[in-house]
Amino acid sequence: MKVALFIPCYIDQFYPKVGIATLELLEKLGCEVVFPENQTCCGQPMANSGYEHETEGCTSNFQNNFDEYEYIVAPSGSCTLHIKEHIPIKGKIYELTEFITDILKIETLEGSFPHKVGLHQSCHGLRGLFTAQMSELNAPQFSKPEQLLKNFKGIELIKLSRKDECCGFGGTFCVTEEAVSVRMGQDRVADHLKNGTEILTGGDTSCLMHLEGIIRREKHDIKVMHIAEILNQAIS
Amino acid sequence: MTTHSKSAEIFNRDFERTTWHDETLYFVRQKRDKAAFQIDDWELLRETASQIKFNVLSNLSEYLIQFEENALKNGIKVHWAADAREHNEIVFNIVSEYFEGNIPHDTFKGIVKSKSMLTEECHMNEYLISKGIEVVDTDLGERIVQLAGERPSHIVLPCIHWKKEEIGELFHKHLGTEKGNKDPKYLTEAARQHLRDKFLNRKVALTGVNFAVAVTGEFVVCTNEGNADMGTHLSDLHIASMGMEKIIPQRQHLSVFLRLLARSATGQPITTYSSHFRKPRDGQQMHVVIVDNGRSTQLGREDFRNSLKCIRCGACFNTCPVYRRSGGHSYHTAIAGPIGSILSPNLDMKANADLPFASTLCGSCSNVCPVKIDIHQQLYKWRQVLVKEGHTSATKTLMMKGMSKVLASPAVFKFSGKVGRMLMDKMPFMVNNSLNLWYKQREMPEPPKESFREWYKKNRK
Repeated sequence: MKVALFIPCYIDQFYPKVGIATLELLEKLGCEVVFPENQTCCGQPMANSGYEHETEGCTSNFQNNFDEYEYIVAPSGSCTLHIKEHIPIKGKIYELTEFITDILKIETLEGSFPHKVGLHQSCHGLRGLFTAQMSELNAPQFSKPEQLLKNFKGIELIKLSRKDECCGFGGTFCVTEEAVSVRMGQDRVADHLKNGTEILTGGDTSCLMHLEGIIRREKHDIKVMHIAEILNQAIS
Repeated sequence: MTTHSKSAEIFNRDFERTTWHDETLYFVRQKRDKAAFQIDDWELLRETASQIKFNVLSNLSEYLIQFEENALKNGIKVHWAADAREHNEIVFNIVSEYFEGNIPHDTFKGIVKSKSMLTEECHMNEYLISKGIEVVDTDLGERIVQLAGERPSHIVLPCIHWKKEEIGELFHKHLGTEKGNKDPKYLTEAARQHLRDKFLNRKVALTGVNFAVAVTGEFVVCTNEGNADMGTHLSDLHIASMGMEKIIPQRQHLSVFLRLLARSATGQPITTYSSHFRKPRDGQQMHVVIVDNGRSTQLGREDFRNSLKCIRCGACFNTCPVYRRSGGHSYHTAIAGPIGSILSPNLDMKANADLPFASTLCGSCSNVCPVKIDIHQQLYKWRQVLVKEGHTSATKTLMMKGMSKVLASPAVFKFSGKVGRMLMDKMPFMVNNSLNLWYKQREMPEPPKESFREWYKKNRK
C-alpha cells in the first residue's frame, strides 16, 4: 500500500526522530512510504488562534503536495483533525494508530517493550478522531493506541487517575494562558509519577513537547517517547 | 495578557488552593459520571433532550405565545423584557407598586430571591439595592457570596471557591457564629435560622425559571434547599424571571430534562425540589418576566444558535480543566466556564473577547453537555469572529500573518527552520530568556542537527 507521509512542521524541525520512527514503522508494516518534499504546515496554529482566514497559503500548499495520494498518514492526531475538518483533499488522512488498526487492519502487534508505559490520550485524537472511548460518554470501551501496545512482551500499561484529561498545551494557549497551561501539564505529570510511569507516550508530539518541557525543568525521572518510536522499537 | 489570563495567573500563585479547587470540582465531575453511567440510555437521553431543544429553538415564538396565553388563563401576569434594563425596571415597578399598596403590613422593603442566573446576568441585585430595595439571596451558596460582597463563581455551586474555615469566619462576622467554628452542620444551621427570619418577614419572592411548559402555562423551579418554595409559599407576590429559551413544549418533556439536569449538575438522580408553579394562591400575585437580553441575536447567529439549548447544569464547568484551574471569577461574567465563554461574546464582544481563548479546545465540555451543545466547536468559531471583528491585538495579528507567510512557502520554511535551530543550538539565550513564556516554567526542545526532511533526503532518496 502506498502511503504519503505528513510530518507536521514542528516534528520536522524539532523531533525528526518521530518522523523517522513513523516512516520505518510503516515500512516494516509493508507500506511503500513517500514524503512529498514541499510540505510545510497544515495551518492549525493560526486557525486555532482565530486566523483561519490567513491559512489559505498553507491549505493550497498542502493540497499541492498531497492531492495525488489516496492514503495520507500523520503522527499527530491534532494536525490530522485540522486537515480533516478544514482542508478539502482527494484522498483521506489518518492519524498513525488509527491507520494501523483501521486501514492496515492490524489487530495487535508482536514485540517486546519491557517498560511501564503511561499513555497520554491527546484530546484532538481522542475527542476529534475517536482513537479511544472518551471518559465522559456512557459507551463501550476501546483504545486504538492501547490495542497496539498491550501485547508487547514485558509492557505494563499504567492506569492513570484521570485517564484522558487535557495536558494544557492547546496551541498558542501554552503561552497566552501560560499559568494555567503549565499547571495542567504539571498535574498530568504528577498523575503519571504517582502511578508509576517510566515512559510517557502519546500520539501527539505537541502535547509531549509540553509535558517533556515540564518533566525536564522539574527533573523528574520519566522518559518521553512518541508512540511511533515505541512501536518501531518494539517490533524490530 | 488578557483579562482572563491575568486573573488566572493570580489564581495559580496559590498552588495548594488551585489543587484544592481542581480536585473539589473534579469530584463533582466524577459524581456526574457515576450517576450518568447508571442509566443505560444516557446517550439517548442526551440526544432526545438536544432534539427537543432544537424543536424549541426552531419554533420559539410560537411556544412563547402559547405559554403566555396559557399562563394568562391561569392568572399569571406576563411581562416581556427586551434587555436587562427593561427586566430590572419591570421587576422594580411590580415590587414598588406592591409596597405602595401594602405599607400597613409591610415592615421590610425587601425581597427574598432564590437562584436565578438571569438576575445575575441583568445585575438586578445592584439595581434594586440602588433603588432602596433589599435583596436577600436565599440559596446558601449565593447568600455566602452576597455576604462577602462577591458574585457567584459557578452557576450551580456559587461559593465553590470558598473553604469552610473561611465561611466560618464570614458567618462569625455577619451572623455572629462562634469564632473559629467551621463545622458545616453548625454553620448551615446558623444560615437556616438567619434565612428563616428573612422568609417570615419578606412578602415578595423572586425565583428563576428552569422550565416553562408551553401547553400548560406553568413553570418549574428546581432547587436542592427548598428555598424557592419557602420564599414563594410565604409571599404575597411571586415574580419569576425567565430567559426566553427556557420553554419546553409539553409537560412530558420534563421526564427527559429533570433526569438530565441534576445528574449532570451534581450527580444526584433529581433535584430535591422540582416545584411546579401554575397559578397564584388566593390573594397572591404571580408574575413572569420573559427576558430576551441578546437571546434573539444569538438565535440569529447560525453558528452559535444552539448555545441557547443550555439548561444551566454547570457540567461543562466541572469538567473543564481550565475552569478548575482558574476559578469562576477569572471569567468576569455572570455565567463563567465554557458555556459562558460562548454566551458572553454575544452580549459584549469587546469586553468578552478574551473568553473563547481561555480554552485548549479539548472538547470535554461538549461531551458532558446534557443537551449536546458543541461548545468547543463554538469556541473555535467565536475566535474566528472576534479576530475578524478586530477584537484582537495588532501584535498578534502581525505575528499570525508572518507565521502564515513562512509556513505557506516551502523554501522560506526550510530556510527559517534551519536558521532557527542553528540559533537555538549556538545561542540558546536567544530563546531561553524571560521574554519567552514557554521557557518560564518549561525547557525548550533540544534542537536536532538535522530536520526530518534533511534526513529523508540522505536516507531514502
